[in-house]
Amino acid sequence: MSVLLYLVPAALSLGLLGLAAFLWSLRAGQYDDLEGAAVRVLSDDDLHEDISDRNRHE
Amino acid sequence: MDAQALPLSAAASLPASPAAQDYSLFLRRDPSGQAEMAFAVEGIDCAACIDEIEDACEALPGVARARLNYTTHRLTIGWDARAEPRPEDVLAALAKTGYRAWPFEAGRLEEMDNATSRHLLRCLGVAGFAAMNIMLLSVSVWSGNVTDITPETRDFFHWLSALIALPAAAYAGQPFFQSAVRALKAHTLNMDVPITLGVLLALGVSVFETLNHAEHAYFDSAVMLLFFLLGGRYLDHAMRRRTRAEAGNLAALKAVSANRFEADGRLVTVPAAAVRPGDEVMLRAGERAPVDGLVLSGTASVDESLVTGETLPRRVAAGDTVHAGSLVHDGVLRLRTIAAGEDTFLDEIERLLDKASTARGRYIRLADRAARLYAPMVHATALLALIGWLIAGASLHQAVLIAVAVLIITCPCALALAVPAVQVVAAGTLMRAGVLINAGDTFERLAEVDTVAFDKTGTLTLPEPSLSDTSNVPAPLLAAAARLALASTHPLARAIAAAHPEARPLAEVREVPGAGVEARIEGMTARLGSPAFCGCEALAAARAPEAPDASLVAVRLGDACALLEVRQALRPDAAEVIDALRAEGLRLVLLSGDRREAVAPVAARLGIKDWWARMRPADKIAVLESLGANRRGVLMVGDGLNDAPALASAHVSLSPISAADVTRAQADAVFLGDRLAPVVVALRIARRARHLMRQNLMIAVAYNLVAVPLAVAGHVTPLVAALAMSGSSVIVTLNALRARQGGGDAATGGRRSPAGEKVAA
Repeated sequence: MSVLLYLVPAALSLGLLGLAAFLWSLRAGQYDDLEGAAVRVLSDDDLHEDISDRNRHE
Repeated sequence: MDAQALPLSAAASLPASPAAQDYSLFLRRDPSGQAEMAFAVEGIDCAACIDEIEDACEALPGVARARLNYTTHRLTIGWDARAEPRPEDVLAALAKTGYRAWPFEAGRLEEMDNATSRHLLRCLGVAGFAAMNIMLLSVSVWSGNVTDITPETRDFFHWLSALIALPAAAYAGQPFFQSAVRALKAHTLNMDVPITLGVLLALGVSVFETLNHAEHAYFDSAVMLLFFLLGGRYLDHAMRRRTRAEAGNLAALKAVSANRFEADGRLVTVPAAAVRPGDEVMLRAGERAPVDGLVLSGTASVDESLVTGETLPRRVAAGDTVHAGSLVHDGVLRLRTIAAGEDTFLDEIERLLDKASTARGRYIRLADRAARLYAPMVHATALLALIGWLIAGASLHQAVLIAVAVLIITCPCALALAVPAVQVVAAGTLMRAGVLINAGDTFERLAEVDTVAFDKTGTLTLPEPSLSDTSNVPAPLLAAAARLALASTHPLARAIAAAHPEARPLAEVREVPGAGVEARIEGMTARLGSPAFCGCEALAAARAPEAPDASLVAVRLGDACALLEVRQALRPDAAEVIDALRAEGLRLVLLSGDRREAVAPVAARLGIKDWWARMRPADKIAVLESLGANRRGVLMVGDGLNDAPALASAHVSLSPISAADVTRAQADAVFLGDRLAPVVVALRIARRARHLMRQNLMIAVAYNLVAVPLAVAGHVTPLVAALAMSGSSVIVTLNALRARQGGGDAATGGRRSPAGEKVAA
């Protein structure tokens, strides 16, 4: 059962990591605009400026 | 700014001159000096809008960041600390991109709501983390129990579970613990009392069992319970928050501005909320009065249909009172703002409102009624199980374990989700159909309606006047009228112009105050205005009796002359909606503050037999009470200030978005757009929602009928509890999703057509 000695802390720390990530994302305002997050993925912001301009006016 | 400032006298004689805008009320500065301002934006409907709006704003000088919240349709602009914030630039930039925006100030209530919502979400996250990790350990224990787990390993796992569960429950349970303590202090029981008791007992017994190296511990049940309950609580909250945000946007876009005279005589445009009693404001033709005021100078005819329901304009002069919401037809008025209490009509409204809202509030929500029955029953069952097993000869330890199992298994997971889940889904469906819900229990009350009382002006009819049938008006006259109408801000003229969007403006138009407008078209004199101004009084005198509910506008071109009828037309689908409601077996009533002659034709056209005209606000309440006395519920649909007390005293109420502010605040739900169809949709969805809520409660009860005997018999292990709890919660949630159906074709009133054009007018 010595396997538990590192498996249990590993499982717990992974869970805590998830919780910390959730709390961070909550504080960072990622839950303030759920519908916006869903459509912002379609935005061309990350592309080069003139490409995104061309796309938008098509 | 000073260039736009006007001396007093010029302001009064130059009605169309622009006034400086004062936005300081909406600007917020953080300690570092960065200024921030929020806008409610209208017309957002796709992902591209986000980029377009944010890019347009960020390109402005001084703007540090622009962030659009797509859920709430609000834009937050932050300015550099050194830059001078210029909100008017933002508004102009948005207008250029094709969006209308209004400065917005989040209410304190809304900010508190957001804080609560975030707290709930944090609790939910903690409970979810704890539930998953403990379940990891619990499953190991359960499978170990039937194979070869050693007691030491099991104890280790139980202690680990306790290590996670106790702090997690202490944190995530706060919303329930606090509410339970509040309820107990007030000597009442709510749903949170059995929840708190169940969680605390489950944790306590589990610690005790762990100390005694027992086979079972209920840490997973306790935390999973919290997780599901927090889910229900968050859903409930999310719905109310969203409708409140939507209502906030509406308030911002409906917020009227006032042209206020400053101490130095300048005229500044400020939000109506910033006008204090005693301030003097200017009111021009085509504007709605932003405040209640006493006329100091000037004369005008004002349309008070939004206030009293009366469609005939009233002449006011110095010394008369003008109510907020009155529309000025012609002339310029200077008003001194008065507070409620200085005027009899407003007084009456306020007094009636107070009375009506204290009389209401007796309604007990379905979930609360269930909780009041449920909590004592659960506690009694647990206690009986304890005593029963003691009498049957079980040890105290065994009996307590069984009693706790009963408490855990009956903890109202499904019950807590049953109602909010349906409400969230139904509110979402209604929102897509153009109905915004103000209060969570609106569905339950709407579903009980068997009588619908309508106001006439602005509710059955459109809020703005429109040009009636013009088939007997010669085409050249009609075209001339439309072209002349473009030059006037008079509401009747605007109605004529709106009916002929293709008309081109005339180059030179002379306005004769109080009479009409005049111009030359192809060498002929053309006039639009009162019958006297156009020289066709005889014609008007002959026509007036035939059209008692219309305002007659005359048009003259050369020697030819004709009359145009402008009236508040019925909403395009009013007849269909009334028929649909009648087909559903609802009793229909019409209560109007307007004249008999104006109400009778509307009632006749819609086939409403019970109608009352010339109703004062108190009369409306009296009629509603006489209807409600032997009937379950009256739905009042109204928009005028005079309807506000009736809305507050009715079982449930609806108002169109164009309603007076006080009235809209009283309504349980607000509908958007020009159509009346949302009334039918709201009723239909409410009935479906109540049906589903009841069904969900039945499912919760059925689940208990199966689970409780098992628990009392002592067969509930943590594994059974976990399966039962999650199973019933999932079933109830899935069932709630069915509330989406039934919205159907209703979505036509939609989000896109609504408020825009109306508010502009």
